[in-house]
Amino acid sequence: MSEQDPNDQGEARRSWFRRLREGLSRSSSRLGGGISAIFTKRKLDDAALEELEELLISADLGVKAATTLTAEFSRTRFGKEVTDEEVRGALAGQIATLLEPVAKPFVPDRAKRPHVVLVVGVNGSGKTTTIGKLAKRLVEEGHKVVLAAGDTFRAAAIEQLQIWGERIGCPVVARDQGADAAGLAFDALEQARRQGADVLLIDTAGRLHNKAGLMAELQKVIRVLKKLDPEAPHDVVLVLDATTGQNALQQVATFRELVNVTGLVVTKLDGSAKGGVLVALAEAQGLPVHAVGVGEGADDLRPFSAEAFAKGLLGVG
Amino acid sequence: MFESLQSRLSDVFGKLTRRGALSEADVQAALREVRVALLEADVALPVVKDFVERVRDKAVGQEVLRSVTPGQQVVKIVNDELVEMLGGAGAQGDSGTGLDLAATPPVPVMLVGLQGSGKTTSCGKIAVRLKDRERKKVLMASLDVRRPAAQQQLAVLGQQAGVATLPIVPGEPPVAIARRAMTTGALEGYDVVLLDTAGRLAIDEALMAEVAEVREAVKPRETLLVADAMTGQDAVNVAQAFNERVGVTGIVLTRVDGDARGGAALSMRAVTGRPIKLLGVGEKLDALEAFHPDRVASRILGMGDIVSLVERAAETIEAEEAEKLARKLEKGKFDLDDMAQQLRQLTKMGGLSQLMNLLPGTPKIQQQMKNAKIDDKMVKRQIAIISSMTAQERRHPEVIKASRRQRIAAGSGTSVPEVNKLLKQFADASKMMKRVQKLGKKGLARAGLPGLGGPGGGMGGGGMGGGLPPGFGKRR
Repeated sequence: MSEQDPNDQGEARRSWFRRLREGLSRSSSRLGGGISAIFTKRKLDDAALEELEELLISADLGVKAATTLTAEFSRTRFGKEVTDEEVRGALAGQIATLLEPVAKPFVPDRAKRPHVVLVVGVNGSGKTTTIGKLAKRLVEEGHKVVLAAGDTFRAAAIEQLQIWGERIGCPVVARDQGADAAGLAFDALEQARRQGADVLLIDTAGRLHNKAGLMAELQKVIRVLKKLDPEAPHDVVLVLDATTGQNALQQVATFRELVNVTGLVVTKLDGSAKGGVLVALAEAQGLPVHAVGVGEGADDLRPFSAEAFAKGLLGVG
Repeated sequence: MFESLQSRLSDVFGKLTRRGALSEADVQAALREVRVALLEADVALPVVKDFVERVRDKAVGQEVLRSVTPGQQVVKIVNDELVEMLGGAGAQGDSGTGLDLAATPPVPVMLVGLQGSGKTTSCGKIAVRLKDRERKKVLMASLDVRRPAAQQQLAVLGQQAGVATLPIVPGEPPVAIARRAMTTGALEGYDVVLLDTAGRLAIDEALMAEVAEVREAVKPRETLLVADAMTGQDAVNVAQAFNERVGVTGIVLTRVDGDARGGAALSMRAVTGRPIKLLGVGEKLDALEAFHPDRVASRILGMGDIVSLVERAAETIEAEEAEKLARKLEKGKFDLDDMAQQLRQLTKMGGLSQLMNLLPGTPKIQQQMKNAKIDDKMVKRQIAIISSMTAQERRHPEVIKASRRQRIAAGSGTSVPEVNKLLKQFADASKMMKRVQKLGKKGLARAGLPGLGGPGGGMGGGGMGGGLPPGFGKRR
């Protein structure tokens, strides 16, 4: 998933950008509106700063990130007359600066053949859907993609991925429900090699990060993959639901510690959830954010843009 | 770094309860901490503000500051308010699903929520519960025509659970499916029809209109909003939007078995005024629990969930075994067989970690246990050690000398120090049993639950209650 296909016209670029903006601004209109209400021709005093901090907290930025941002603000602008525009612009700028280093699109390494990507996350975060969307994008970019239906636990998860495979024309390696996920991953890697695939996307069952047994199962998948390719999986992508609150910090930390997560995909950003926890995550973990999900359509997976996200978050034009 | 809300509040209240007299400033300071703690637990900001305001009014306005134990008074007010906000003590009268099914069968029950909140799994769990506990004949129907294989997912769940699902007709729109489900339910004599809808965003006009249409068509007796316990500040928006559009009658909170602090429960309850009816606590189909506001509030405040613990103990420990143990205890006899049995019961009750969540003052102890590497694995090893002993050794542990210890260690795949540790623990336990015996029943009750007096209170020695060997609570 490169920044944008070079063949794509500006037209398309604008349209996805607009969609992202629309999605995000729907979710942030409240936050933006709140700040306007506070700061229209007003002195930036303690009370105003406290309200600002609370607004950031309301966007799921978390107490720590909200305090940091507010403190930054008070240092430079305390006591000055500030307008709504200034506050929003400056805040968006700060947030974009924070997020800029983590905005790294996912680019498969063609030398790997296949580039193995393990997709992990808690239940219901949107792993299977993300794989479907990601696979479509990669296929469109000319990669040969194989999918592995590694969620052998949830009812009909395998069928769900198979339907995606049919839609986009990717082979799907699957076994019956209840089969060993590690064994399936092993088979999938073998088949992907035989077929000369560029990318292998492995789905996994959703699991809560505090379930030691299930996390160990995931570690086993990785161990087994390493028997075929010591470097596999080349990427471990954690799919994170944007509606998640501060628990996202724990989620990412635990998954990273146990299965060495290399990047994030944030889903459901088209809702009223603000996904502000990304800001806290960027500070705490600094993991790349590869893409964001902004809808249910097959094309609704977008590269993560720090500026667009920050602007959308604060409702800056 | 990630203190739980519980440990955070334990600290705050620990400070408060230790003080003799409280000034208004003390209360203010404590409430600031409460505010941050609740925010970090993802309770929505307006709800937090409202909550803190109410507590402040009560704490400052009353006799609190002049009373003998002002700290505890404040804690009590916070606790009472929390219970109130979560739905009021005893709001959950019955032990069943807490669902209102008092209508002419088939009674329609609809589940709504965001994508991935756990609607389909919850649907299966509710069906199992209605079938097993309330002897209802349940039909499930999936109205999710959007996500690939969603209808199939419910069909598979139905097979696993032994619950009927409406046959899938490809291409049928949701409203028609709902109508067909009700007709089938009436014709085939079902008591309850569970309608599992597609996940949708609260701001998606078209989809919200669709679910409103389904609601009009079947007039569900219960419309349950299924929400993830990990939800952040957005919980209020979601709850509000769904409540306005489809009239939520209750909330099902899922993934409560995660380590999220669950502030969403408070937010959604406060915004909709609807009760939280059920909690999803695991991936298995029976992992659904009734919601008890008073217990959850106590858990949040670090007072533990003793009632749940006792209930779980009652469910798992066979009365006969317990009696046998009690008789043995009376005679002052407690051997390694008894200890092994207790350890096994412990694993049956969901393992140490699950139990610890229910016990008072646990965040600190959990940390201590983590440091001492006490976990469920250790319990299993201990059972293995005891299993590697001969019958004689189990009854008369005093015969276990060096060479026997080596054999036991080899037999159980452990090491001699581990065997020693277990024997030491056993010695401590039997010593305590003797003490308990001397104290008599009244003493047992007092010695059993010392943690209740003050949150964060010590849990050493015999603090784990009668059921556990005392070694578990000890700092090493």
